[in-house]
Amino acid sequence: MSGRVVLVTGGNRGIGHAIAKRFSAAGHRVAITSRSGSAEDSDDLLVVQADVTDTASVDAAVSEIEEKLGPVEVLVSNAGMTKDGLILRMSDDDFIDVVDANLTGGFRVAKRVSKGMMKGRWGRMIFISSIVGLGGQAGQANYAASKAGLIGMAKSFAKEFASRGITANVIAPGPIETDMLMALTDDQREAMLSVVPLGRLGQGDEIAAAVEFLASESAGYITGTVLPVDGGYSMG
Amino acid sequence: MSDNFERFTKCAVEVLSVDAAQVVPEATFESLDADSLDLVELVMALEEEFDVNVEEEELEGVNTIKAAFDLVESKL
Repeated sequence: MSGRVVLVTGGNRGIGHAIAKRFSAAGHRVAITSRSGSAEDSDDLLVVQADVTDTASVDAAVSEIEEKLGPVEVLVSNAGMTKDGLILRMSDDDFIDVVDANLTGGFRVAKRVSKGMMKGRWGRMIFISSIVGLGGQAGQANYAASKAGLIGMAKSFAKEFASRGITANVIAPGPIETDMLMALTDDQREAMLSVVPLGRLGQGDEIAAAVEFLASESAGYITGTVLPVDGGYSMG
Repeated sequence: MSDNFERFTKCAVEVLSVDAAQVVPEATFESLDADSLDLVELVMALEEEFDVNVEEEELEGVNTIKAAFDLVESKL
């Protein structure tokens, strides 16, 4: 596979940025979206402003990418946010906002790019979930719900678009060394690491490697799966 | 054959990969080997060609070329 048009939402930092850089290094034409419309270390990327909670904004962003790079062939739906809190102290809005960004946001983008993939009779959708979506997490009911929801949604995309050569898969990262994770307290991080069999944090590029595989021609017979990349955390 | 039906036929030929001769009013989408996704794709192409907007629920019961053509033409 070479020279595909790749879109990574939330590709301005963290795991999304690592994914975008890996695809770019492999010779693909890569666009990223961010809420601010800017990103560091992005000379080789097309940076587009988009708010995934706004359908019109998503439409405009994808239109711009189609105009400048061509139809999106590989979507990495990665944009996400957290608003952590214990359930008893979590407001409805805290819950709704996170689901709107992480789950409905993924829907908005995937739906928008699916049209071009259908026409091209080829597409790869990779949704970045989380091990928290598989196992739940105290303090993250909203985030866990949104990440679990991505799995059912991705499997539905996989079934609806299978006849058009489009695959949809989910990657469930474990604890990865990102700003989002570094925002946790030392105690929280240590508790997390104590249950990771491989005993270390993962690197963004280790997620990117799995994404690159699922986007490749070689992964053409894989659809509707959830691939944990988590140092063994979710094996039970 | 009306000009509109010719434009309709052009879309159908392109989206459904069929011969223009197969695009006759009584043809069912099933007989043209078109599944529900094909129908949605056809409607998307027709929306663009005729600059109309078709709602999801209007597609219910649209099984033939005639039904699809009538639906689009009713919006012109």
